[in-house]
Amino acid sequence: MSLPSSPTATPSAADPGGAGVPVAAAPQDAIVSIAGLTYRVGRRTVFDGLDLSFRRGQITAVMGPSGTGKTTLLKLITGQVRPDKGQILVEGQDLGQLSRSGLYAMRRRMGMLFQNGALLTDLSVFENVAFPLREHTDLPERLIRHVVLTKLHAVGLRGAAWLMPGELSGGMARRVALARAIVMDPALLIYDEPFVGLDPISLGVVLRLIRQMNDALGITSIVVSHDVQEISAIADCSYLLSGGRVVASGRPEELRSSQNEIVRQFMNGMADGPVPFHFPAPDYASQLLARDPSARIDGSESTP
Amino acid sequence: MNLRIDRLGGLRGALEKLGGYLLFSGRLLLATPVALLRPGLVVAQIYNAGALSLALIMFCGLFVGMVLGLQGADLLQRFGAEEALGPAAALGLLKQLGPVMAALLFAGRAGTALTSEIGLMAATDQLSAMEMMAVDPVRRVCVPRFAGALLALPLLTAIFITIGLYGAQLVGVQLLGIDTGQFWSQMRSAVELDDVAEGVVKSLFFALACASIAVFEGFHAQPTAEGVGRATTRTVVNSSIAVLLLNYVLTAFYLS
Repeated sequence: MSLPSSPTATPSAADPGGAGVPVAAAPQDAIVSIAGLTYRVGRRTVFDGLDLSFRRGQITAVMGPSGTGKTTLLKLITGQVRPDKGQILVEGQDLGQLSRSGLYAMRRRMGMLFQNGALLTDLSVFENVAFPLREHTDLPERLIRHVVLTKLHAVGLRGAAWLMPGELSGGMARRVALARAIVMDPALLIYDEPFVGLDPISLGVVLRLIRQMNDALGITSIVVSHDVQEISAIADCSYLLSGGRVVASGRPEELRSSQNEIVRQFMNGMADGPVPFHFPAPDYASQLLARDPSARIDGSESTP
Repeated sequence: MNLRIDRLGGLRGALEKLGGYLLFSGRLLLATPVALLRPGLVVAQIYNAGALSLALIMFCGLFVGMVLGLQGADLLQRFGAEEALGPAAALGLLKQLGPVMAALLFAGRAGTALTSEIGLMAATDQLSAMEMMAVDPVRRVCVPRFAGALLALPLLTAIFITIGLYGAQLVGVQLLGIDTGQFWSQMRSAVELDDVAEGVVKSLFFALACASIAVFEGFHAQPTAEGVGRATTRTVVNSSIAVLLLNYVLTAFYLS
């Protein structure tokens, strides 16, 4: 399967409401290109013919309502799950064609920040950051110490090197995880909901670090987030996913001025709209007034 | 008809799980020699599975031995053969009680700890994080724990038997007045190297079963609090069944 002529969502398909200028990432400029991606979980189709790409050196935000498949998209990009159809190219390599060792070699060029940090709880902060170095290199202990302290210094936690993960706050844990993610100098850094549960100070610190890491290390960042205001402050471009496809893409300010209903609902945090407030349910009054007390709460007939 | 289909589906599921378990155990066994090249990881797990189970094993070993001494002496005195308490206690502990009791205690103490630890690592994305760092979690997490448990249980069994013998001697000789010389000399003459070998072989098989079940259940636990809880329960149940079943098979093999 070949890549689409435009590596990103086209204006007609990706931006039905004219949310903004489509992200004009040329194929040669893209570090990750996804074409015709279809992915199903059981009977549910999570993505159906998804096309998008991520430009090298940029911070790209992936936003969308809960359950729209943002984290699944990250799992697909990192090869944790395989698509049913379509192609995912990372640095020009087709993930579907890679063997397990090839995939591992690819992942050594990636860093991922999990929502909860996912620090190894039996290792200290220092050992957590040193973990990839110890597993993949034969660097002398003195050099490992130097690299780890440098990375911890970059996230402001050199002084916490000998603490255990259980002694860290949520924001500190995420900064340690960030130091671990960059310790192998990756080309691509992926963040899964990096702002969830952080206080304003920690949130500001993490925001600043994402921007700094991206610019100082010359890496590419993909950030999955619900936090529209925060991510808009640092993203170079954004994708808004809904219903298994890209409904809008562009710079954050372009998304904000969109007239598309879903985009407006999401960007303005409106409770009701194309994404309904109520989960599908039978008629409210008839359910409350139902005579049969054994009637099931979902409105279906009770079993005898 | 539907019931039959359900039963067939259940049987298929159970066979699939058994097949998955056997494949996983084979993978653990094949990777164990490589894990021994990083002894630090294995030694840490021997400490977790072995040293931390030591107090329980010693305590239980002592009381099992004491009960054996008490009951054995009572029974043997009825036949005027109380001098046979030494060999009876030794053979009972070496061939049956020692390996079986130590394995059951190990499954309850160390096996559950292994399952819940690995299950919680999955639930908190630690295993996924390793995957993302291009580190195989089976090799880095499961194999050292498997190897540690595999080495720890035979050692714990030896300690259980030794303490058990002391307990039997304590009750039989010190409390009930059986002659100490007869107790030890009869034991020396009755117990042969094959009896010791039987105990060692059994404890190795039990260690293989308990360690592989604990690691398998932990690694395949649903990454939720409920899933980890269920996996931990399955570890105790399946390990106990496996130990008792293997014990019968091995005993029958040795007796034949």
